[in-house]
Amino acid sequence: MANPISGNPLQPSSSPGVALDPEAGERISEFDATKARKQSTLILRRFFRHKLAVASLIVFLLIVIFGFLGPFFWSVSVDDATGGRYETPSGAHPLGTTQIGKDMLAQLIRGTRLSVQIAIVVALGSTFVGVVVGAVAGYLRGFIDSALMRLVDLLLVIPQIAVAAILIRAFQGSWYTVALILAAFGWMQVARISRGETLSLSAREFIEASRASGAGTPWIVFRHLIPNMIGSITVNATLAVATAVLAEAALSFIGLGVQPPDTSLGLIVSENYSQVEERPWLFWGPFVIIVLLSLAVNFIGDGLRDAFDPRQTKVRA
Amino acid sequence: MIRYIIRRLLISIPLLLVASFLSFLIVGSIGDPLADLKAKPGMTPEKVHDIAVSMGLDKPLIARYFDWLGNFFKGDWGNSIALGQAGADVYTSVMQALWITARLVVGAEILAIIIGVAVGVLAAVKQYSIFDYLATSAAFLMFSMPVFCVAVVLKTYGIRFNNVLTSMGMDRWISTVSPASGGFQGSFGEVIFKYTGTYILPTITLMLISFAAYSRFQRASMLETLNSDYVRTARAKGLSQRRVVFRHAFRNAMIPVTTLFSLNAAALFAGAIITENVFGWHGMGQLLVASVRGRDPYMLMGWLMVTASLVILFNLVADIMYGILDPRIRLG
Repeated sequence: MANPISGNPLQPSSSPGVALDPEAGERISEFDATKARKQSTLILRRFFRHKLAVASLIVFLLIVIFGFLGPFFWSVSVDDATGGRYETPSGAHPLGTTQIGKDMLAQLIRGTRLSVQIAIVVALGSTFVGVVVGAVAGYLRGFIDSALMRLVDLLLVIPQIAVAAILIRAFQGSWYTVALILAAFGWMQVARISRGETLSLSAREFIEASRASGAGTPWIVFRHLIPNMIGSITVNATLAVATAVLAEAALSFIGLGVQPPDTSLGLIVSENYSQVEERPWLFWGPFVIIVLLSLAVNFIGDGLRDAFDPRQTKVRA
Repeated sequence: MIRYIIRRLLISIPLLLVASFLSFLIVGSIGDPLADLKAKPGMTPEKVHDIAVSMGLDKPLIARYFDWLGNFFKGDWGNSIALGQAGADVYTSVMQALWITARLVVGAEILAIIIGVAVGVLAAVKQYSIFDYLATSAAFLMFSMPVFCVAVVLKTYGIRFNNVLTSMGMDRWISTVSPASGGFQGSFGEVIFKYTGTYILPTITLMLISFAAYSRFQRASMLETLNSDYVRTARAKGLSQRRVVFRHAFRNAMIPVTTLFSLNAAALFAGAIITENVFGWHGMGQLLVASVRGRDPYMLMGWLMVTASLVILFNLVADIMYGILDPRIRLG
């Protein structure tokens, strides 16, 4: 599907096309590459000017480092239940031990890692499905559009938390089962947003030009529509991470998400919140990490939105 | 308007039907509902088989769906299979639970809309004031806060308010248990006292979460209208600030917020599930958790159908409000 027009210099983020003439292709892609870098540098520069977003990015990275590199610095195993029951914080157990004598710090490290992993898989999965469905529906219109949108309506009618709880119980598995099920029922809003954007994009001339030069639907969707929506896709994917952190925590909190012996932040809160007065250290650790994680990701999302579209600096609902 | 409502309700019937089939498939995947029964000592395979036949569990899934659907329309929603709630009628259980949850959710949602919209409007009118910064940060914080954290913190520290009351020589007011199933007893004053004491903490929990979304949305929408041309025109022709804000900007700024009302419906239920869990209420949340744990297919179907209908109803109400607020949108 040769398509030299796709390297339209007027479209800042469209990707280089595969040109018939190798020399022309090189020229176009070279031109595009510098253009694209300029655009992304601009976006990055705008993002790094946003102090709150940068601070949030640092907090987010620290939490990720804590979860993923924590085990290298804290040698107590997460499964090691040899501590006493409900020990108070000490050198051996800086955050005390749980009811069955597991080290709280090790639990927290593992819980953070799982929660972050789940949130990121959910965000990537639901964004991918939502964007593809939305772009295809908005581009093709007609029967496929109404069929896909009715599917979205249908899935929005059934509460996500209930369906996820039932399916997680049905396919008992490890963390990625939870993540995939949450993603499978969390893509509908993204689909609606990207459908709307596709509708307005596909009325533009460069799409028409691409179609006139013989490009097929997959080419237009993946090479023109999606790259041009990259701003809103990135922002929505970031915000989806925050939603997923809360959704996973809520499910695990009522005992229908991540199952022991695995653990997640929601599960740790659920197991220890009865101790909030006698042993506050067991509750506030996971509490603070969940709130920081969700706050940081929301702020990063807002910063990205401002960076991608400086005209639109309004509060997200 | 009436024709529109009737048409919308008719459209939602096929939607509910397809949703029920999808739900049945999902619920059917949950595994053998008789697994716990089989593990019970003294259960022979024959006995289990008899029970399975009596419940129609020996038939294929599709056949079971149509059996269930036929009975559902006749008002027979089936019986619970799980051991803990053995034989309980699904319709009565779900409706009882719904009644408990509804009283909690409706109050919290109304409060959230009123306070959220008021705060959002005020923050927009006084943009970049201290009030705006406080309200915006509070909303952002609540928006990022998991429901259970709010619930746990409120439960732990809210109950201490009782100590303040008792030290002042008053009765303990705040309670953190489910409202008694037989209703509140005593004189009118006592009932009010107990009622508010039981509802206050869960209501605040749910309200805070929804409030965050409403105030953020209302502020954004209000800012947009305040900066629009017709508001400038209204100011230019000499209308008072109050008239501009309330008659011209506010009414239009409410329109986008109604969409949030319908979007919020499912989130509200999810929030109620968590809140009930923390405060030990026997509402829809507890019912869901128990039914999922007990792999209770008909109870889950009843639960899903009721919530699906409610979500559809919320969407309809939001669309009707849309039509009332925006005369350009003609329903019908």
